[in-house]
Amino acid sequence: MVAQDIALELPPGVRYALIGPNGAGKTTLMNLMTGMLAPDSGQIFLGGEEITALRPHARVRKGLARTFQINTLFANLSALESVTLAVLERDGHAHNWWRGLPRFGAAIDEAQAILDSLRIPPTRETRELPYGQQRLLEIALALATRPRVLLLDEPAAGVPKDESAALFDAIANLSRSLTILFIEHDMDVVFRFAAQIIVMVGGRILVQGTPDEIARDARVREVYLGKAHAAA
Amino acid sequence: MFWLCTLLPFVVTPAYLSLASQIAITALFALSLDLILGYAGIVSLGHAAFFGVGAYSAGLLAKHYWGEPLAGLILAAAAAGIVGYAMSHIVVRFRHLALIMLTLGLGLLLHEAANSASDLTGGADGLQGVKVGTLFGFKFDMFGRTAYAYSLAVLFVCFLVCRRIIHSPFGLALRGIRENAVRMPAIGAPSLAHLRKAYTIAAVMAGIAGALLTHTTSTVSLEVLSFGRSADVLVILILGGAGRLYGGIIGAIIYMVARDQFSGINPQYWYFWIGLLLVVVVMFLPNGILGGLGAIYKKSK
Amino acid sequence: MLSSLATVLFDGFAYGMLLFLLSVGLSVTLGMMNFVNLAHCSFAAVGGYCTVTLVNSFGWPFLASLPIAFIAAALVSVVLERTLYRHLYRSSDLDQCLLTIGIVFVSVAAFAWFYTTEQQSARPPEWLRARITVGGINFAGYRLFLIVFGLAVTAILVLLLERTRFGAQVRAAVDNQRMARGLGIDVDRAFMITFALGGGLAGLGGALAIEVVGLDPTFALAFLVYVLIVVAVGGLGSIGGSFAAAVVLGISDMAGKYYFPWLGAFLIYLVMVGLLMWRPLGLFGKR
Repeated sequence: MVAQDIALELPPGVRYALIGPNGAGKTTLMNLMTGMLAPDSGQIFLGGEEITALRPHARVRKGLARTFQINTLFANLSALESVTLAVLERDGHAHNWWRGLPRFGAAIDEAQAILDSLRIPPTRETRELPYGQQRLLEIALALATRPRVLLLDEPAAGVPKDESAALFDAIANLSRSLTILFIEHDMDVVFRFAAQIIVMVGGRILVQGTPDEIARDARVREVYLGKAHAAA
Repeated sequence: MFWLCTLLPFVVTPAYLSLASQIAITALFALSLDLILGYAGIVSLGHAAFFGVGAYSAGLLAKHYWGEPLAGLILAAAAAGIVGYAMSHIVVRFRHLALIMLTLGLGLLLHEAANSASDLTGGADGLQGVKVGTLFGFKFDMFGRTAYAYSLAVLFVCFLVCRRIIHSPFGLALRGIRENAVRMPAIGAPSLAHLRKAYTIAAVMAGIAGALLTHTTSTVSLEVLSFGRSADVLVILILGGAGRLYGGIIGAIIYMVARDQFSGINPQYWYFWIGLLLVVVVMFLPNGILGGLGAIYKKSK
Repeated sequence: MLSSLATVLFDGFAYGMLLFLLSVGLSVTLGMMNFVNLAHCSFAAVGGYCTVTLVNSFGWPFLASLPIAFIAAALVSVVLERTLYRHLYRSSDLDQCLLTIGIVFVSVAAFAWFYTTEQQSARPPEWLRARITVGGINFAGYRLFLIVFGLAVTAILVLLLERTRFGAQVRAAVDNQRMARGLGIDVDRAFMITFALGGGLAGLGGALAIEVVGLDPTFALAFLVYVLIVVAVGGLGSIGGSFAAAVVLGISDMAGKYYFPWLGAFLIYLVMVGLLMWRPLGLFGKR
């Protein structure tokens, strides 16, 4: 039992951080939400509509997008090709095998705009991009699907200090109408960006609240720092 | 440019026109495999199934009803497409060893079925009495001119179609699946639907190649459904380089010419050299000949 | 009616033991390293031809040649693993398939060169080939020998896997290679030994198969399909799975040949396709 008794509600437009020790079930929860894992019981709703039975790609079509903790990119495609593909899939043009790609200028332009806003060079192959830009490309791909809810799995993971500024700018500039849930271990990032923090331990939700509430919560300090510190 | 050269055999080596037809047919078959292997990443050890379905469809039509080759082509394409579409529902769900075994198993099943249904197919003796009609008034004679023109034209058309597919959004989606199958659903892509479509299109093309063989040789042998044929086309594609559009054609040319040249030699030695070539290609030229040439080209820049 | 059923079951089981010997090595090494070694049956052929040479050219007794067949096949497999296979552990399935198919082709040609394309035979001693009659039904002594031998090998393998430290290492590596390495297990060495063991068993199978199905250069290809079916259906990395699948395949094949000869191999392929669709990881597969 990796995750159980999760009852979670994410109102629109709020930025949530999901924190907890390793193995708490955070990524599992994300996999359940996106449909990569099927729950043994329970239901999932997106914008009032039940999506429990939907396959992962159908959920994306409904507006639920995610990024991966480990870069899961199209290594030999360029950034522009990758994001254009995402746009084409979104608009339902990817089944078209007769018209050439250059004819889909609108999709290419939109992809270019997304890449520009995240300052990712469009024409180099993905595997040649520096790690920080690859993390940004992860986000670009998710944004290209025009999500209503965005799930970010440790967006800053492994990003060296000199590249993290660009990443944080990008996250800060994300549209305010998006609901964002991000898993993060870096507490600076968490406290800087999150309006609400959810703490998971041992497959369950321990507590949920504003950054101040969480910072003062004794149980949270116990989880992270041990019992002796919680008393202090 | 390349395509102009394909007209040379008419003039330069008229004695080899029937070989040239066979090369064109094999090239088309390899091209169809490239679509699913090189671009979508499906490893199939049973692609001859569609080749055989096409060959038998064309043969049966010519034998019983109508000798018009183009009608045979259309029927073969339709039959292979239907079988391909049906099989695609099974095949695209699997990866790794299960996928390899499934494609192998399905191919073997079809071979056995054709072997057993000898009333229809002639069994191990093959289909006799296939009477192929004229093509726009040209007879399929032993000089092979009609055969080569026919095969070459069909190959060219299918090549153009493939090129269109590669450069279309669908082609990009296939490459996406090959590059990172996990990411595709995460960007809203219905990967299985895409793969089924690619598999069906590849089946149609393989079926057309099979029909070409029937029309140019006026016979259908059980061998068209054999594992040997599936394995051969795989070797040919890898030799030339998968995922590179021209790879199947280059591989077919080299393989068929070599086989023709060495046909006098004991078949054992042929397999020895092919085996050795495979080992060398996999160890040192993982992207086939075209890949190797491409790498040399890049380095020289 | 009953006697033919008994014969079919008996012969099928014996054939299954043969298939088991030929397949178990591939199943375990596939489960451990995920390396698709389609040349596995070439190792079997090495063992077979070794026995042929020893028995026919050097007058060795059949049983005495078996250990040599095992060792020869094991040696060849280790050499191949160290020189070629090792470089392709991270390569795609396709590349591994192609490399090993290339090796099969080369081996087929090599055997034809040295031994001609004729069927070879290496007769076991008379007492082994005797016919035994139980309850009015005739049983071939050699097949009984195969069954006993196969069961003995299975027992040894299971003991090896469950009771020795080496076996524990193998099980760990099959389960989770990365973790096994992290625990300090020398996975490469364990794999090399397993590979040799598997190849040697295949060699034994090849030698034992001579009396049942004969031996010619195409053996490596002809039996490959059956071996792959056993491995795919039984599940990678599972001795029990290989055993079960081999027995099922052996009996089905015999039953098919006896009761439905017009179906040919159709039944086998249909069963395989069906089983794989239901359980793509094999009946006892771990991944």
